[in-house]
Amino acid sequence: VVADIISTVEFNHTGELLATGDKGGRVVIFQREQEVSGEGWRVLQLSKNQVHRRGEYNVYSTFQSHEPEFDYLKSLEIEEKINKIRWLPQQNAAYFLLSTNDKTVKLWKVSERDKRPEGYNLKDEEGRLRDPATITTLRVPVLRPMDLMVEATPRRVFANAHTYHINSISVNSDYETYMSADDLRINLWNFEITNQSFNIVDIKPANMEELTEVITAAEFHPHHCNTFVYSSSKGTIRLCDMRASALCDRHTKFFEEPEDPSNRSFFSEIISSISDVKFSHSGRYIMTRDYLTVKVWDLNMENRPIETYQVHDYLRSKLCSLYENDCIFDKFECVWNGSDSVIMTGSYNNFFRMFDRNTKRDVTLEASRENSKPRAILKPRKVCVGGKRRKDEISVDSLDFSKKILHTAWHPSENIIAVAATNNLYIFQDKVN
Amino acid sequence: MSQKQEEENPAEETGEEKQDTQEKEGILPERAEEAKLKAKYPSLGQKPGGSDFLMKRLQKGVWGIISYPLSLEPKGVLGMKSVEQKYFDSGDYNMAKAKMKNKQLPSAGPDKNLVTGDHIPTPQDLPQRKSSLVTSKLAG
Repeated sequence: VVADIISTVEFNHTGELLATGDKGGRVVIFQREQEVSGEGWRVLQLSKNQVHRRGEYNVYSTFQSHEPEFDYLKSLEIEEKINKIRWLPQQNAAYFLLSTNDKTVKLWKVSERDKRPEGYNLKDEEGRLRDPATITTLRVPVLRPMDLMVEATPRRVFANAHTYHINSISVNSDYETYMSADDLRINLWNFEITNQSFNIVDIKPANMEELTEVITAAEFHPHHCNTFVYSSSKGTIRLCDMRASALCDRHTKFFEEPEDPSNRSFFSEIISSISDVKFSHSGRYIMTRDYLTVKVWDLNMENRPIETYQVHDYLRSKLCSLYENDCIFDKFECVWNGSDSVIMTGSYNNFFRMFDRNTKRDVTLEASRENSKPRAILKPRKVCVGGKRRKDEISVDSLDFSKKILHTAWHPSENIIAVAATNNLYIFQDKVN
Repeated sequence: MSQKQEEENPAEETGEEKQDTQEKEGILPERAEEAKLKAKYPSLGQKPGGSDFLMKRLQKGVWGIISYPLSLEPKGVLGMKSVEQKYFDSGDYNMAKAKMKNKQLPSAGPDKNLVTGDHIPTPQDLPQRKSSLVTSKLAG
């Protein structure tokens, strides 16, 4: 079912909640069950061998975030597919998240209700109005416990601010503002105000014939509320400081890796297009994903990345067919782990890759039903490039390009990852001590 | 897809060209792939990242954009497919949506000869309505 294809995955700031958005405009939120904790030393003594079950994720809430719309003015269909979900840090009992499709950003409030008022004077238990003539006494309604109900309500709708398709949203560290980015513009919003936004980046040329690049992703700095970055289809990243001017068309820093002109081919620009950009938790580095590599950049060095990791370089000899079947335009995301020591990104054949920045070791794992019984340990996979194929290896020609892992998420502090493989969600945990 | 096949170069690569490709492959796999692509689509422009293609990406789905046949239209940097779902107006859009939802209806062909009114419909005959709350598979 096409509507079930997962289009975004995101943990909240504590890792307690995991949200997914899909092509059908729905959001499903999973909550981690409280870990079974010993109720004191007695339990531990009685059951020495008891394995403390780490919390598993179960469905907490599901709601329809966006519906398909029709833009009557332009005669164009607006897809309900959820492009991105971003959580707000929790400030009270309720949870808040932003979800966006191509055109409209919505702020959703997810709250629990476990009590309900009973004993109204003017209406009966079913809500029907009582005949006032029958009321002879007055009572105070009381709150009685009820089965836990989780409700999602749209609190703000930020609409009509984007001519082009929204590709990114990012909550600012001030928790008061956020940005939304489309192909040519980036807007700054205040959470409280839905009928206006500030345009902070506009790369639309006066003459559209001169258009050479578009914005592909954007993100706020994790700590400095005046700083953000955006990536382009030409493989460059611009860092902007909102204190410099109201319209940040002139960048503060410009990150670009020089290209050897003799290596240039028809595909060069296409595969250099950055599909995702993410700040490290420290705020010191940014990571970018282009078609074949993941790169780590130091904010203090603009002329080249400090690290480059090959995700699936063997695809270089397949670019012709990948161009023909459009796979060359797939937009892979990339994520940091909580300590910024490991980075992860997806590939084809339901493979995903992790790179340890310290040990320089990498691993390829697969998200598939056949290989994932609960609690099973994932076996590293290997793609055979040429020559003799070993028994466990898979050859490049056997890769299934329809099984792509575009969206992954890493728990903010633990080694728990969520991997979206088309319409299945996998949650893996690393139990290494 | 069929349009692509039309455009495939009917003339075989000469022996010389094949050798050339193989040499290039030793140097740069990208170049070899580029040669392959150009052999299939000779009309491919020199500059793939041209503004025309970016513009098409930006205007995805807009009525009135002339769609080039796939064979002639090289894809831009951002993967603009030249054939997008276009609607004449909102009525057209709603009809298309309705058609998708009613896929379960029996085809009109053989039933056209039936005189209406003969058959009293029963609940089983009616097309299945989309349930009002469609739950995600993940939540099921």
